[in-house]
Order: sequence, then structure tokens, then C-alpha cells
Amino acid sequence: MLLIECPHCGPREQTEFTCGGEGHIVRPDPATATDAEWGHYLFMRKNPKGLHYERWFHAHGCRQWFHAARSTVTHEIFAIYGIDEPPPAIDANKAGSR
Amino acid sequence: MAKMKYSIFSLLRQARDYHRGWPKAWRSPEPKPSYDVIIIGGGGHGLATAYYLAKEHGITNVAVLEKGWLGGGNTGRNTTIVRSNYLWDESAHLYEHSLKLFEGLSQDLNYNVMFSQRGVINLAHNEHDLKELSRRGHACRLNGIDYEMISAEQIKQIAPIINISKNIRYPVLGGSIQRRAGNARHDAVAWGYARRADEFGIDIIQNCEVTGIDIENGRVTGVQTTRGPIKARKIGAVPAGHATVVGNMAGLTLPVESHPLQAMVSEPIKPVLDTVIMSNTVHVYISQSDKGELVLGAGIDGFNSYAQRGSLDVIEHQLEALCDLYPIVKRLRIMRTWGGIVDTCPDASPIVSKTPVEGFYMNCGWGTGGFKATPGSGWVFAHTIAQDRPHRLNEAFDLKRFETGFLIDEHGAAAVAH
Repeated sequence: MLLIECPHCGPREQTEFTCGGEGHIVRPDPATATDAEWGHYLFMRKNPKGLHYERWFHAHGCRQWFHAARSTVTHEIFAIYGIDEPPPAIDANKAGSR
Repeated sequence: MAKMKYSIFSLLRQARDYHRGWPKAWRSPEPKPSYDVIIIGGGGHGLATAYYLAKEHGITNVAVLEKGWLGGGNTGRNTTIVRSNYLWDESAHLYEHSLKLFEGLSQDLNYNVMFSQRGVINLAHNEHDLKELSRRGHACRLNGIDYEMISAEQIKQIAPIINISKNIRYPVLGGSIQRRAGNARHDAVAWGYARRADEFGIDIIQNCEVTGIDIENGRVTGVQTTRGPIKARKIGAVPAGHATVVGNMAGLTLPVESHPLQAMVSEPIKPVLDTVIMSNTVHVYISQSDKGELVLGAGIDGFNSYAQRGSLDVIEHQLEALCDLYPIVKRLRIMRTWGGIVDTCPDASPIVSKTPVEGFYMNCGWGTGGFKATPGSGWVFAHTIAQDRPHRLNEAFDLKRFETGFLIDEHGAAAVAH
């Protein structure tokens, strides 16, 4: 179980949060996107073994969305950042990509 | 290698000789420089694929590469339930084919997989559950799959330990039963397939992790492994939780996400339950092993993980539901808990498909319910690899469906919420 540092409320138990999955997915223009591009946007995921930039929602707290950079191998959280911020650079080796 | 047919007579002969004469069930060969087909992943699905390649298609120059030990991943970590009560025609036919193969599997493999058709009951706790179960039941029966709706009292007759009081938070209003469903010994399925595949001359290579896939002009030529490079004309990947990792090696992006799924067993008790009971709504499923342990399945963690361990709150949530439904278990201790990494698809249906890379085939995305499909999955995947085109049973489970939109939404029939 994770201890997550909500940017608004401070460290809270993971059970207060909902994981929103992969972050920074850009929505293509539905008017011009091909079926392949739209399918890619809807369904394809990076699902990395190691560093993952993902969205979290403080469902039982401030009800704000934010981003986390977390290892999917060790579960260590390297960074918490705002929902409108770009992903910070993190050494992938540190995140245990293998 | 000396082949031995397992029977009562071989058992008696070996007993007379103090069991010193049993031959190894399969060899541990060194990898050859090249094969016709390489299967990545020595779990149940991979070994079944190898077996059916040899048996149904006469392809025996095959290697199964396993990074750990046989059946050490999700094959050895699931709750061993086998059923085919799925909603859509595509899934119903595939899972029913698998269930039918299970019905003759011990004889076919000459290996006792302990398939026990003790029935699987699904519980309904609200009006919607009843409607969903009965809709699924009608669909199943149209597809020739046995399925009955039963009342709470009938469930109580089959499983007296269940609490059907109206005064619990989620009372049992009724349910459905598939009587031909049940469970099987999961390790035995992997071992049985391994032994028979080995008899056909297929090389099963353990402790051999694939680290790269060689592609020339859009066509696979071989793999890089921790035991050196191996050439192959065709490669079938059955990597379960590591689907994305292997897919990336071939330059593919997949719609799967890896999550931890947990299960556990209680301390062993006398026989109290001779069926399998699942509840999607309060999220607990239970059966009793031959050793007497209650086998309990929990849910997945919401976040991506490759760690083969899950969170305690998931277990707590599941045990609360368990104690409510089966009050006699309240003072039992949990003996072991464990986690596996499941590759979940957006539509809770698998991918058994050709890929844009020629000669490279993917079998993944079985999510939380792959064990029941082991024989069927191997059977259709072997066909897909051997003929270079899907069988009609798996053509709908193509990777392309995430582009065309022809999803096979089985979130209702999947026991664990994806």
C-alpha cells in the first residue's frame, strides 16, 4: 500500500485515492484523426516496467487531480506534480526499469 | 528419453520398487541454434500452444522459452476456476471450446489434471445482478452452454455455509449455476502439457529470458536470450503480465495494462463446500481445495504494477465480504496470500492475434481469467501460428479490434473488475 503526498493535503493513505492511469495522453482532433490514431488514443497504453507517469485523484479528500511519477517495479514515488505540469525528467535506471 | 505411460499398473510397479524408477517428466535440453517456432513463455498457455502445434499441426521443431520455471507465473497463482458462461458469442465459443478440451484433458495428456466439474455459482445481490445474470444465461443457452438461474434457497441447499439472511448489507437474492464448470489442478495442467510436448520432441527451456526480438525487413528472424541468440521462423509470445515488455521488443504498442491480482488460502478445514461460489458485486469468490483450504480470490489494485504483490486493503475488502456471506469462516486464519501480474485489456477480452510484424504472434490480455482458457487458448494459438491465420474461434480476438471498434465487452462475465 502506498503513502501518497497529495499536493494539497499532504501525505495520505492510498485508500483515499483513485489511480487515473497513464498521464499526458494527448487527445487528437476527432474531426481529422484516423481510426488508427483514435484507437491508439483510446486504448493503447505504454504500461512500462519501471518509470510510469500517471494521474491520481484524491477521491476521499480534496477531490483534486494531480500527477505522480512512480516505479511500477518498486512502487517508489519519485515526484508528485500538478495536473497541468509537464512530466519531470527522472533517471529511468533509478526507477528500476528492469 | 524413456516414455512412460502413467496408469494404475505403472503406479503399482513403481510402488513395488520404492518409487525409485520414475523417469523425469521432461528433459532440460540446451537450446538449439534454430527452431521452426519459438514460444515465449512457459506457462499453461505457452505449453498448451506447443503441445497443439505438435499434435494438431505436426510441427515439432519447437522451443518453449521460460524466464523462470514452468507454471511459476499466473498458472501457479490463480484460483483454478474453469467455466464458460460468457455473454458474447465470440467469447462463449472460445471458452466453451476450452471447457470441452478440459473435459477430456486428463485422458488426452495421460496426466491427471484433477478436473472436477463441481459447478460454479454466481451470486446476485441486487435487482441489476439478477437481470445481468439472466441476460447472460439466455445468451449462454442460445450458444448451447448449460446455465440455470437458481434461487437463494437452492443455493443454500447446495452450499449450506452461505448466509442468505435478508439482514446483511448485500443479501443473496439468487444466482446462476453452470453445472459443467468447476476447477482443475493448475500446476498439473502446465506439467501435463509440458510432459506431452516433450514427448513430441519439443524443447522446453527454463531459466531462459528473452531480451530482444530480431526483425529483418518486417519479419522475425529469431530472439536474443540470456542463454544466447536463437533463430526462428515464427515466434508466438504468450507473456501474460509482461505482454507489453515483450510486445515492445517487437516494436508493438499494446492496449494492455499490468496490475497485481491477489489470492489466498485459509488454513485447512474439513469439507464444507463442494462447489465454487463467485460474487462480482461484493467481490469474493471461494472454493475448497482437496487439502481443505478455502481458496479465495481478491481483486486487482487500481494502479499499474509488475511487482507480483498487491495491497492489503484489497484483501481486507474481500475478507469483509467473505465473513458477511460465510459467517463460519470468521475465526479461520489465512495461511498464505500471494499476487500475480495480470495483463488487462480495455474490453476484458484477450488478444490472440497476428501482428504487423510477419511471423510474430501475440497471445495476451487474458486479464484476470486466463486459467480456464488454457487448453482453448493454446489450441487456437497453435492454429494461428501454424496456418498464419486465426481460427474462426479467435478471429474476433484480433489486435485490430482496437482500431475498428469491434470490442468484445466481457466486463460482466469477468469475475474480477478490470
